Amino acid sequence: MRIAAGVLVVLALAVVVVPLVVQLDQQLVDLGSANQAPSFAHPFGTDEVGRDVLLRVIYGLRVSLLIGLVAALVSMTIGAVAGLAAGMLGGFADRVIMRVVDGFNSVPHLLFGIFIVALFSPSATAVVVSVGLTHWTTAARIVRSEVLTLRARPFVDAAISGGSTRLRVVRRHFLPHLMPHIALASVLMVPHAIWHETALSFLGLGLPPHLASLGNMINDGARSLLAGDWWASLFPGLFILVPTLAISALVQYWRDRTNPRWRSELQL
Amino acid sequence: MTRALARMALWRLAFTVPLLFAVTLGMFALAKASPFDPVKQYLGVRALTTSPEITAQIRENWGLDKPVAEQYFTWLGNLVQGDLGESRSMHRPVIEVIGERFGWTLLATGCALVLMLVVSLAVGALAAWRRDSWLDRTITGTAYANEAAPVFWTALIVMWIFAVKLQWLPPGGLTDPAATTLEFGDVLHHMVLPVAVLAFSQSSWLLLFVRESLITTLREDFVLGARARGLRERTVVVRHALRSALLPFITLVGARIPELVTGAILVETVFSWPGVASASVEAALAADFPLLAALTLLATLAVVIGNLIADSAYVIADPRVRVLGVS
Repeated sequence: MRIAAGVLVVLALAVVVVPLVVQLDQQLVDLGSANQAPSFAHPFGTDEVGRDVLLRVIYGLRVSLLIGLVAALVSMTIGAVAGLAAGMLGGFADRVIMRVVDGFNSVPHLLFGIFIVALFSPSATAVVVSVGLTHWTTAARIVRSEVLTLRARPFVDAAISGGSTRLRVVRRHFLPHLMPHIALASVLMVPHAIWHETALSFLGLGLPPHLASLGNMINDGARSLLAGDWWASLFPGLFILVPTLAISALVQYWRDRTNPRWRSELQL
Repeated sequence: MTRALARMALWRLAFTVPLLFAVTLGMFALAKASPFDPVKQYLGVRALTTSPEITAQIRENWGLDKPVAEQYFTWLGNLVQGDLGESRSMHRPVIEVIGERFGWTLLATGCALVLMLVVSLAVGALAAWRRDSWLDRTITGTAYANEAAPVFWTALIVMWIFAVKLQWLPPGGLTDPAATTLEFGDVLHHMVLPVAVLAFSQSSWLLLFVRESLITTLREDFVLGARARGLRERTVVVRHALRSALLPFITLVGARIPELVTGAILVETVFSWPGVASASVEAALAADFPLLAALTLLATLAVVIGNLIADSAYVIADPRVRVLGVS
């Protein structure tokens, strides 16, 4: 747990501080020092046009994190509104919304994302839209089931008999209850969104190819990989893997703390 | 039970038709909202020298001057009649492209699915049986890392180890570049890496599930009873505990089809496997709407079939289950 938190703090600091100190010229090419193995001057080596992999990985993580955060926020907002509407309105509206959720889940997410990005020229906006449109269903399910259990609680009856409108019940009573769930789901959504963005970029359907992003870098590295230069693809991948593991370790720890029954199941 | 099964299947199918309509409508709306102009794309550089009259003629021939609703229904009518249109990037009928590539995807994903089931069952059971040993920790640690790692990256690392460093297996393609005919051994040789990577990338979730499920089952009374009767440890774990832990496992496999499709898209692209999944990427890079739309429908159909299998397995395994509110 401490390791996971430490890793995340170091990465977050690197992502915020390094761009302030060292500027990265996205277009700069240095063919004289292409494909160098990791050394003291270039700890992660250089890629096929001589760019320092370490610096680009940090910039790439920054772009991925930013897109991941925005996309997670977008999908959580759509999901929370849909879930709240389904849970509160019930009946016909609930059935329609849940069928829409099923429908969105029937198209494999990456294919749907590919479809959207293919028809709207590859850009950060297209990626955010594609992630937002495909990932909101999980959030909608979570929020809906929470609303349904909350609705049965006595304090809701009390509020309504006290003259509260539905909107007031949602604002004053449900949202404070829902916020922790929504926050947790958002945190878990970020690695998903990053994965989605890197996969699209890797396929050449994400961010513009000259931009340092983790997916683009793995795609670039794939070419020199066949010549035996492993570092240009290995390190960007590790920068996806490690933060994802750290986030899930932290979420697991938080779950264990807040849900003692769960802990006894897993750790006895 | 047969009646329950039939009713469930019928309900599923009844939901499939509106679902497919909704998917076509969604795709068409997205295509109409897209800034890409199919005529300009078709003409390419020639668009600069083609006179506006000819452009308008092409537009009319393709029915692009008609109202959007009419265009949609024409397209839908063609789809229903089995005419999937012409692939704009490959300049061939879509049905031909899919027919040629579908078998390869089915072969690779089918083998990967079987391999994944066998491996995750065996390794998951092993981890549960030797719980909290170094072996269990290695297995679960690898599974968590595998779950967090993007599959295209895993594929590249595997390719680097086995194709570039060790040179045991070819790095991609379907046959040897020098080969003129399809040889069984050659295809098998090229299939090992993509199938193994696809199976490995899909296995961790199931493996962890089997482990968790078996650990819970191993604590149950009937396992204690079996042990008390002096049965061999292997018999207890495999014949008694695993059998009971398997029940939810079977039904969950069918629900994993979307992840399998996603994995196939990435793995086929990395290993240049000539299947339908990698065709979707090629179609997307060329903004080839007819091919992409057909492939999206195909994937949706695969997901629906997967859900049907999952539900059928559920109904067969436990007749009390109600699917979609139908008993």
